[in-house]
Parts: sequence; C-alpha cells; structure tokens
Amino acid sequence: MDIVSTSGEHPPPSRQPAATRLGDRVFLGLSRGSGILLLVIMAAIAVFLTVRAIHAISLDHSNFFTTYEWNASLNPPSFGIAVLAYGTLVSSLIAMLIAVPISVGIALFITHYAPRRLASPLAYLVDLLAAVPSIVYGLWGGLYLVPHLQGLNLWLNDYLSWTGVFHKSDPNSAARSLFTVGILLAIMIVPIITNVTREVFRQVPKAHEEAALALGATRWEVVRMSVLPFARSGIISASMLGLGRALGETMAVATVLSASPVLTQRLLDPVGGTFAQNIAAKFAEADNFGRDALIASGLVLFVITLLVNGAARLIIARRREYSGAAL
Amino acid sequence: MGHEMSETLTQDALPASSLSPLAHRRIPRWAPAGIAVAAIALGCGVGAAAGLASHLQWGLISLLLFVGLTYGITAGVEGRRQARDRVATSLVWACFVVAVVPLYSLLQTTISKGVKVLDGNFLTHSMGGVITTQPGGGVYHAVIGTLEQVGLASLIAVPVGLLTAIYLVEYGRGKLAKVVTFFVDVMTGVPSIVAGLFILAFWIIILGFGYSGFAGALALAILMMPVVVRSTEEMLKLVPNELREASLALGVPKWRTILKVVLPTSIGGILTGVMLAVARIAGETAPVLLLVFGNQLINNNPFSGAQSSLPYYVYEQYTNGNDASFDRAWAAALVLIAFVMILNLVARGIARWKAPKTGR
Repeated sequence: MDIVSTSGEHPPPSRQPAATRLGDRVFLGLSRGSGILLLVIMAAIAVFLTVRAIHAISLDHSNFFTTYEWNASLNPPSFGIAVLAYGTLVSSLIAMLIAVPISVGIALFITHYAPRRLASPLAYLVDLLAAVPSIVYGLWGGLYLVPHLQGLNLWLNDYLSWTGVFHKSDPNSAARSLFTVGILLAIMIVPIITNVTREVFRQVPKAHEEAALALGATRWEVVRMSVLPFARSGIISASMLGLGRALGETMAVATVLSASPVLTQRLLDPVGGTFAQNIAAKFAEADNFGRDALIASGLVLFVITLLVNGAARLIIARRREYSGAAL
Repeated sequence: MGHEMSETLTQDALPASSLSPLAHRRIPRWAPAGIAVAAIALGCGVGAAAGLASHLQWGLISLLLFVGLTYGITAGVEGRRQARDRVATSLVWACFVVAVVPLYSLLQTTISKGVKVLDGNFLTHSMGGVITTQPGGGVYHAVIGTLEQVGLASLIAVPVGLLTAIYLVEYGRGKLAKVVTFFVDVMTGVPSIVAGLFILAFWIIILGFGYSGFAGALALAILMMPVVVRSTEEMLKLVPNELREASLALGVPKWRTILKVVLPTSIGGILTGVMLAVARIAGETAPVLLLVFGNQLINNNPFSGAQSSLPYYVYEQYTNGNDASFDRAWAAALVLIAFVMILNLVARGIARWKAPKTGR
C-alpha cells in the first residue's frame, strides 16, 4: 500500500469493479433498487400527504392551527387541530412520565437485579408483550381499565383537585379522559422502552462496574455511577422511540377516550382528542373533502413523529460512533 | 433479596467479618423479609381500618411502608449508603411488579372473557345475518381477511426488505447506504394510521381504486418493510466474513456467494425476523379501518370489495357497544393474541434451531 501511494505515478491497483458479470449487475441493481424504493416510498408519503393537505387547508374557512372543532363537512368547512395537538402531546407526555422510570427500572431489574434464572424468561416475556396488538390493549382499556380507574380518578379529584390539573368537573363521568389514555399508552410502550434500554445496559463495559465495586460501591452506586451515565443517551433514544409510538397510537385511544372538541387543563375530564383518534373516529362519515382534511391532520402527525424518531436515531447514531456499540 | 453482591464484597471476602474492623454492622439476613411481612400486615391493617375499597391502595400503602421502614432501619444499623442501596433495590423490584400487574390483568381478562363464546362455531361462521345485539356469529370472514391481507403484504414487503438488507450489508458503501439506513430507521416509526392515509391518498383518492384487502395490504407492507430490513441486516452482519472470502476466492460470483453462502447461513434468523414482522402487522387495525372498510360477510377476493380482519373485527364489535358484541370482541382478541403468540413462539423456535454459526 505504502509503495503504491508514495510512488504516485502508478495508478492505484485497480480492483475489479464489483459488478462486471451480468448476474452481479442484475443483483446489485435489484438490491440497490429496493433500497431506493424505500426512499421513494418515504418521499411519496410526504409528497402525497402534503398535496392533499394543502388542498384541504386552502379551503379551510378557519385557522387550521388554532381552531378547536372539526367540522370538515360544513359549508364552508371549518376545522382545526388545536385540541388534537394538545391531546396528543398531553397523553403522550403522561405516558412518558409513567413509562420511562418504570421501563428503566425493569431493564435494570432484568440486567442487574433479577436472579439469573428469572432474568431470561423475563426478558422473553417482555418481548412477547411488545407483540400484543394495540387493539387488544384498546379493548382491555375500554372495558376493563376505564371502570377500574374510576376509584383513582375520584381519589385524585378528592385530594389533588387544588392543583387544577386533577380537578374533575363532573365526578360521576366515566374515566374516559386523557389521563386514562396516558396510563394505557404507558402500559403499551413499557415493553418497547424496556427492550431498547435493556440492550444498552447489557453493553455497559463490565470493567466499569467491577472498578466501582472494587472501590466498595454498593450496587445502587454502581448503577448510578457507571451504568446510568453510560446508558444515558440510550435511555433518551429509547424513550423517544416509545414517544413516537405513543404519539401515533390509534386504536387504544379511539376505544378509551370520549372525544369532544374541548381544550382544558383538567386531565380527568372525559374530553379532548388526538390526531390518530380523530382520524379513526371521523373517517367513516367523511366525504371526499373530509378525507383530505383528515389527511392534513395526518400530515401534522407524520411530521411530529418524523422529528421525534429522527432525533432518537441521531442520538443513537452519535453514540454508536464513539462507543463502537451496535444497537 | 438483592444484596448478594455487596455481601460478597464485605462478608464472604472477609470470613471473619464479625471480628474484622473493616466489616460494617449489617442487619440480619431475614430482616428484609421481616420488614416486608410487617409492611404488608400494617398496610392491610391501615387499609381495612380506613375502609379503602381498592386492594391496589392497600398494596401502595404497604409498598410505601416497606420502603420507608427499610430505609429507616438500614440507615440506623448499616448507614446511609447501604440504606439507599436497599431502597433502590426495592424500587427496582417494585417497578417490575408494577409492570407485571397490568400485563397479567390484560392477558387474564382476555383469556377468561374470550373463552366464553370461542368455539368451533365461532371460528367457522361469519357475521352474515347476525343481529349485533344477539349472541352468535363468528370470525371466519375476519380470519380470511387477515390471512389474505397479511399474506399479500408479506409478498410485497419480504422481497423488498430482504434485498434492501442485502444491499446495505453486502454492497452498501457511501452516501446512499447511509441515507437508506437512516430512513429505514425513521420508517420504523411511521404511525400505522399515517401509512393508511398515504395509501388512501395515493391508491384510493388519486388512482381511484376502491376499498379492498389489497389496499390494506399495501399499507401493511409499508409498515412491515423496515422491520424486515432491520432484522435481516442484523442477521447478515452475523455471517462471518471468512465464508464470503472463501467463496469469492474460489471464483464464485458475488451474487451467487450471497445466494448460496450468505443467505443459507443466516436463513434461520431471517425467517425469525420475517415472522416477527408478520406478527406485528397482523395486529394493525388503523390501516384496515381506512382502506379495507370492514365487512360482515365473507369476501374471499382481496382485490375487490371490502373485507374484514381480526383486529378490525375486534374494534367493530367493541363499538357496537352491547354485551353480545363485547363477548365476540374478547373472543376475537383471544384468537388474535393466540395467532400472534404462536407466530412469535415459532419464530423463536426457528431462531434457536437454526442459530447462525458464527464460527466461534
């Protein structure tokens, strides 16, 4: 190598181009074409949604971003995403607040605390739970969780209603609120966050932990000083993957939430909506223009999830570069 | 409970722990269990005395008492650091319990309510001619729909996914590969309803095709592709380079090397990934809701006319909102879970059976 690069006059040893034979060229073309097809699909999603959305928004008679109601079938049509955006963000935030600490706890349990005989069946169980379809969570949420959370709702209303957030306007109304949706979403994304976090915890160099132990650290100190700092960016990106899932979840929200175009800080009131829930609920009765309007709201959801997932992936990619760990 | 490691350090390493000035005082081995029993007894006592109806609240009170007592007692005997360690241990265990409770409840409820109407009749009949408020009817049409839609989606997504993964691992150098990798990752996060809306805009609104199982399959394929790519990629990376080099050194063209050496070596893992992807899309409801539209009757043709599917059927019966429909919804949910779980178990079985030989 050195000789070639210093002598200069010689061209570098020309490697046979990979695709000289017909079979090779065909195969390379096919596989590269598939990769490009994926890019085309992603671009097409953005383009087609944007085209239909612009059509709908241009005919919207009220401000698309600040209107509460969704009346696309009115003449003139009037619809907006204020309530949907608020509901999507709030329910996902509640889900994150509950799910992230618990997921980190479970991942720690599996990797550092559980007896070894329990750890691998547990990891397996979490894998299986990640595969439970969201409609099953939705059915369980709507028929089982909602009545069973009524007690918690009343308790929150009794003791914490001074916060405003946990004030329930009508204590007798069912617990079909954004708060319940948040709890259900948390249950759904715990397996996802746990899976990724667990993998990150596994990659913590054993030497770091042993060094801490050798200095007399307790197990918690080992976790706090060597495991968590190493895994921080992994936990962040795992959480964002979970967030992406929670933002786009349709069925679990559609079955639990009793939707209405009210924007309130009272999380226990059975009002509100999310992007995906609104699309599922309004689709059946939508005419051609109504479908375009729903596509417009879907575009907003797409952009939000794109940003969240892209950020998560960038964090993972950066981490991979300096740690050499594969995710 | 959970103090083996620190014990190894302080006690087992120094057998004469009671005499050594290096060893700390420790609470006896039975103490955590004792505290747990005391906390549960106290928690139940307080709960019963205050007349709290929910046993969940009893549990929470017990948990708080346990953590508090553990901290207090350990801090007194062993010092602050040990106390914190024990509290952290109990919190991690608590996380585990807190997570298991709803998941157990989910499975238990689905199974106990699902078996009520689940029988041969339920599996072999459609909803044709059944009044929704009456018992009867079944999921046959939905099972047909799910199988056809998922099958079509796999036919589209698996080749594209496989080839993309091959490109990324075997050929991918430079910018294009990086961009594809990034967008495959991002694509994994596309919400299913957005994929449905895209096919709606593209296939149904602009190209003017009607609702059909195939339209749903297109959306499912979009959701499935990135999953197949990711898992196949991981598996192809596990194939040792020596195998490729040996084959290339014998003058075998690269494409034949891939087809005859690389793929057979990793076929187990690839199959596993494909089946997990199938399991994932089999439970998707939102695209079916938008594109297949639902049907009470049997429609064997996925290319024309509305169909049903298992997840859609669950949703439809749920929205009917009466007890007979709820029963059917639970039974269909049970069928769906069983389907997904069997796919998962088979996939993992294949993975174990045909684990790639990494040469080590």
